[in-house]
Amino acid sequence: MKPSRNGRVTARKAWQGCAFALFWLSGIAAMAVMLAVVGYVVVRGAPELSLSFFTTSPRGGLSGDGGIASTIVATAYLVVMTMAFAAPLGIGAGIYLVEYAGNSRNRIATTFLKLSRFGSETLAGVPSIIFGLFGYALFVTAMHFGFSLLSASLAGACLILPVVVRTAEEALKAVPEGYREASLSLGATRWETIRKVVLPSALPGLTTGIILGVGRILSETAVFYVTLGGSYRTPTSVLSSGRTMALHVYYLAMETRAFEKAMATGAVLVILIIIVNLAINAVSRRLSAGSRS
Amino acid sequence: MTRKGAVESAMRTVLLCAGLASLLIVAMTGIFILREAMPAFREVGVWRLLSGSEWRPGQELYGLLPMIAGSGLVTLGAVCLGLPIALGCGIFLAETAPGWIRGVVKPSIELLAGIPSVVYGLFGLVVLVPAVRGFDYPGNAGFGLLSASIVLAVMILPTIASVSEVAIRSVPDEYRKGALALGSTRWEMIRTVVLPAARSGILSAVVLGLGRAVGETIAMIMVIGNSVMMPSAMGGPLPGIFLSRARTLTGNIAVEMSYATGLHSSALFATGVVLFVLIMLVNSAARALMARNAGGGRG
Repeated sequence: MKPSRNGRVTARKAWQGCAFALFWLSGIAAMAVMLAVVGYVVVRGAPELSLSFFTTSPRGGLSGDGGIASTIVATAYLVVMTMAFAAPLGIGAGIYLVEYAGNSRNRIATTFLKLSRFGSETLAGVPSIIFGLFGYALFVTAMHFGFSLLSASLAGACLILPVVVRTAEEALKAVPEGYREASLSLGATRWETIRKVVLPSALPGLTTGIILGVGRILSETAVFYVTLGGSYRTPTSVLSSGRTMALHVYYLAMETRAFEKAMATGAVLVILIIIVNLAINAVSRRLSAGSRS
Repeated sequence: MTRKGAVESAMRTVLLCAGLASLLIVAMTGIFILREAMPAFREVGVWRLLSGSEWRPGQELYGLLPMIAGSGLVTLGAVCLGLPIALGCGIFLAETAPGWIRGVVKPSIELLAGIPSVVYGLFGLVVLVPAVRGFDYPGNAGFGLLSASIVLAVMILPTIASVSEVAIRSVPDEYRKGALALGSTRWEMIRTVVLPAARSGILSAVVLGLGRAVGETIAMIMVIGNSVMMPSAMGGPLPGIFLSRARTLTGNIAVEMSYATGLHSSALFATGVVLFVLIMLVNSAARALMARNAGGGRG
């Protein structure tokens, strides 16, 4: 009997070996795909990268000549404007939900809490092109902002608002209840407690939310495709049309077929996204280190 | 003290307004799109919009069936290609990967999630489309469902992998210890105990991936060909359908939005409504599954 039992054990071990080998393979495949996409774009884009690529604007027309200076400016404006709309609104909403509605037994407050949770969950799953449609209908046409930085940043703010609200909520919830109780018992009002105790200790979490939002705006294309207009000129006012780097990649690839330039712009974008990811990891590492101490 | 009280109530009001504004945006998005879509629903009719197989704005023909088929098929293709690898990654990261390799694979997957979709589209356009064009098949131009499915498979991989990793990790360790103590190998433990326990979490990971796939726009425009036609195998065997050009619902909106007017524009908003409803169906499925998971954990 003994050999066959050993045989069964060997067979079971062999199955395990096969399964685990497949898991290894999937992990390695995912890594290989990442390396292939990032590597290809960076390697093919690298020859175009030079100082003048960053300092000259696209020449326009169908040549694809020129650099990306005006798209960097447009991207920066758009990121700043979008965050200026979304960050106060999102963090404010997060504070209300956690610090006021969350503690209240008022029926209206709890209904509000449920509704807004449903709202931000719903928004989080909505495809970005729907925000594009919304932004086009409301800001571009109904409010006559035209294809402009203003329309695009308002539409972009709607897109990232749920992300900001949710990360703000999580960051505030992670602040120990004892901090609030101690502050309130010392005679501070609720707002003083929030401003002097809760917000400072939730700061790393709130920062993560902001950086996530910035990453989202950097990589978003669909919304800005239908709200920003796509002019290659440097924007001069909030009502100027423009194109972000991501949008520039699209126009270069689809309209001028300048693939090398598109790759170079894509490489810059990918490197920016890597920096954003590193920043998020750094902040959340500080966050977990802080909570341990 | 009264100044303090004033500040207090003012801040409370300001924050309440922020909360209300967020809520208002959700409501407005829905209302605005519905309002703009109404003329199309009234004049074309819901049924003819959904079942019509011709989309010719010039002749007032607005049938969304080709785009629904395009979105459906490309999602199916992406799931077939991406799901096995994504689940493998999820299990690998949660159960079997040694620490150091986990430290390499996990950031790779996070980066995959962060790469802009336009970069995926560019990669597809420059690398995948010419490769697919290499297949000798009548009517094959490289642009089409296959290229789009491959691109989309890569894009949904990080979503499914990381959400299913979390689901698998949340299975209590006692389950694992119990299975091992009864003499299971680690693979038997994963297959018979851990995966069934994490089942609904994994399912909702898949549904989230589906949502992302249906909603993707730019990368799809760049590789799928955008022709308004029912995908077909072009006379060949059925799998040949994936070499067909197609257009997605999202692509339909993005490609025509900038020049559409009147009923045409309204029909694009109706496309948005169809997309919205599709995504909501997918999402509420995910939420129901997650709720069942939580309920099962308590019971």
